[in-house]
Amino acid sequence: MTNENENHSKEDQPDRRQFIKGASCVIGAAIGAVPMAAGVRVALSPLADKEAAEGGAMIRLADLADLKPGVPKKFAIVADKSDKWTRYKDVPVGAVYLVKQKEGEENPVVAFNTVCPHLGCFVDYRKEKQDFFCPCHDSNFALDGKLKNGVSPRGMDTLDVELRNTTEVWVKFQRFKANSKNKIAIS
Amino acid sequence: MQRLKQLYDWLDNRTGFKEHLREVLFETVPGGARWRYVWGSTLTFTLMIQFITGIFLWMGYSASGQTSWESVYYIQEHMTGGHFLRGLHHWTAQVMTVLLVLHLMQVVIDGAYKAPREINFWFGIILLQLVLALSLTGYLLPWDQKGYWATKVATDIMGSTPIIGETMKQLVLGGADYGHHTLTRFFALHAGVLPLAVIGLTVGHIYLFRRHGLTPKKPLKKADEYFWPEQVLKDAVACLAVLVTILVLHFAFNGAHLDAPADPSSAYPARPDWYFLFLFQFLKYFPGHWEVLGAVVLPGIAMTLIFLMPIIGKSERGHQFNVGLLFGILAFAGILTFVAVKADRNNPTYIASKEQAAREAAIVKELAKGGIPPEGALALLQGPKLFAQHCASCHTHGDENGLGNPVEKPSAPDLKGFASREYLTELLHPERFGSAKFFGNTAHAKKSKMHDFLQDEFDGIDDDKDLRADMDLLIKAISAEAKLASQSKLDLEDHEAIQKGRELFDEIGCTDCHALGGWNADDYSAPDLTGYGSREWMLGIVDDPAHERFYGKKNDRMPAFGKDEKLTRRQMERIVDWLRGE
Repeated sequence: MTNENENHSKEDQPDRRQFIKGASCVIGAAIGAVPMAAGVRVALSPLADKEAAEGGAMIRLADLADLKPGVPKKFAIVADKSDKWTRYKDVPVGAVYLVKQKEGEENPVVAFNTVCPHLGCFVDYRKEKQDFFCPCHDSNFALDGKLKNGVSPRGMDTLDVELRNTTEVWVKFQRFKANSKNKIAIS
Repeated sequence: MQRLKQLYDWLDNRTGFKEHLREVLFETVPGGARWRYVWGSTLTFTLMIQFITGIFLWMGYSASGQTSWESVYYIQEHMTGGHFLRGLHHWTAQVMTVLLVLHLMQVVIDGAYKAPREINFWFGIILLQLVLALSLTGYLLPWDQKGYWATKVATDIMGSTPIIGETMKQLVLGGADYGHHTLTRFFALHAGVLPLAVIGLTVGHIYLFRRHGLTPKKPLKKADEYFWPEQVLKDAVACLAVLVTILVLHFAFNGAHLDAPADPSSAYPARPDWYFLFLFQFLKYFPGHWEVLGAVVLPGIAMTLIFLMPIIGKSERGHQFNVGLLFGILAFAGILTFVAVKADRNNPTYIASKEQAAREAAIVKELAKGGIPPEGALALLQGPKLFAQHCASCHTHGDENGLGNPVEKPSAPDLKGFASREYLTELLHPERFGSAKFFGNTAHAKKSKMHDFLQDEFDGIDDDKDLRADMDLLIKAISAEAKLASQSKLDLEDHEAIQKGRELFDEIGCTDCHALGGWNADDYSAPDLTGYGSREWMLGIVDDPAHERFYGKKNDRMPAFGKDEKLTRRQMERIVDWLRGE
């Protein structure tokens, strides 16, 4: 660094110098803010995405005869899906367990979303233990979906089921907010 | 304030940043601050804009044959602020090219390349080439017609380099042909390799600049000053002017252009971006095997001479030669650019192709609003393109051929909105059925039973509410057969009216000729309207209109596209899906 020259600054004009310093800072900040703000605005645009929380249409999944009472059976949900610019037809969007109830129960079939209400891992059905078991944080659920033990804040999420023409099982597939005490639909 | 000072001291105590800051700010500017010293700072500023906007664009960009155009389209048309962000990135790139030339001119005119600043000059020249490489690679990334064709030409030029050309081209493209890996490689270069190299060299460039100080323009006008704050303010104001220029360009040109998706089957006039236009024009003077001279050898010699400027410029004569050479090259490039632009402006074929490309871009963007199939946006254009090619010699689509061009002598019905309620409302009007828009130029025109039936049963429909109501029921029933996605909600809401319409269809005698649902299923003499306008029905009529389900022997000139293998099943599906708005 060289500063041997004595005639560097204009200390005789302190106001002007202050103004130049201030103006430099203001302009510098302003011109830097423009590209930054333009970028941040786009980066934040996903926050404006509002997913409809009423779920998709009812989907026909199975026939009553496909199910055995008290034995959960897994079904993939295949539906149309939009992902940003792409519109998919008939792709897997999730899965459900259908459990046929014993005769005389109020609902002939109960449907559970297969993901754990804790943090969204895929829950397994354990035949030998007759329960649903989350392999991530070891929550396990009874076949009626109630939490037996573990860290999940609620039992497994049930889905709306309709029986049409006496034997067709139709399910409305929905996703719910993870890790909350209440079941809040998010799609 | 006291707190801030404490924090400041605390940080300085641990990092020693004050001293570095002082070093940066209190560099001596011989002869005081001047406007002519701002160019380097404006370039650093544009570089910063490109890094910031580039990283944010990166968050939305997806490099592949089926997602590049689509993701750029999505950034541009659907993300809040995306249009502005891309415009900023695009126009900054243009302005940067101009600033590079200005900076180079200043350095050469002032002799700032002379000893001991030779290495810094070379750094600068390499930086110039890196920035041009950034422009070239960035141009392809949207994978639109403009970028695709321009890059094809550029890489073919590379391929024509003797000995190593083909190998280099194949490496750059990531294979023998343009595809996924061309995009991933260009993207890695554009967002990774080249920016890293630019950062490295810029740091070196600024370090060497600081080491030797700036080259003062003699005679010095004032006493020496520190960089801060006089020169900083001048630099900041210059950067502000640059930013304003970029913003004006962005708004004047409505952001960055996005053409239709890259289509190797379409006639598109390939042109590089304006700053390479002179090289493009230059090639026109080198036919056949002389091309390598214009494409590689002469530009290579020019670049070598520029590179050697510090050595040539040791003597005053040499310096004058350098200045002359630079102005010569710039003037030559300017003239070539002018010639190229003028030639295009006076070339009707070029203008027509550009207009067609703009129409196609508008069409595909409109279609993309409904979502893009996984095979990419190009598929969306196949419907209208195939229609224009195979159907629009007779049919129209909203008075044009599907691609925005007029149809010379339409002789068959317009098919825009086919089977929708609006379409049928017009088609089934007694005055309109026999008009040129529908069956007026066909054998089913004025003498047909259908025409007579409409005249007999629905004459005066415009003034008779009951007739209108009946017709509306019929229309709802017939249109519901199409199961149009755009009408699915209406069809669901109106299911009672649709049922009534079906009953009316039989009551008023439509079933004397047509079939619909269960009515007259075995004995009809006019097209079966069961599933009328549905995907399956339309594919059927395109496949073979003379099938007894449709016109039978009464078919008027419409070819059997499927049966006679004029179109593949997939091509027919593309046309039908497009007509049905799917």
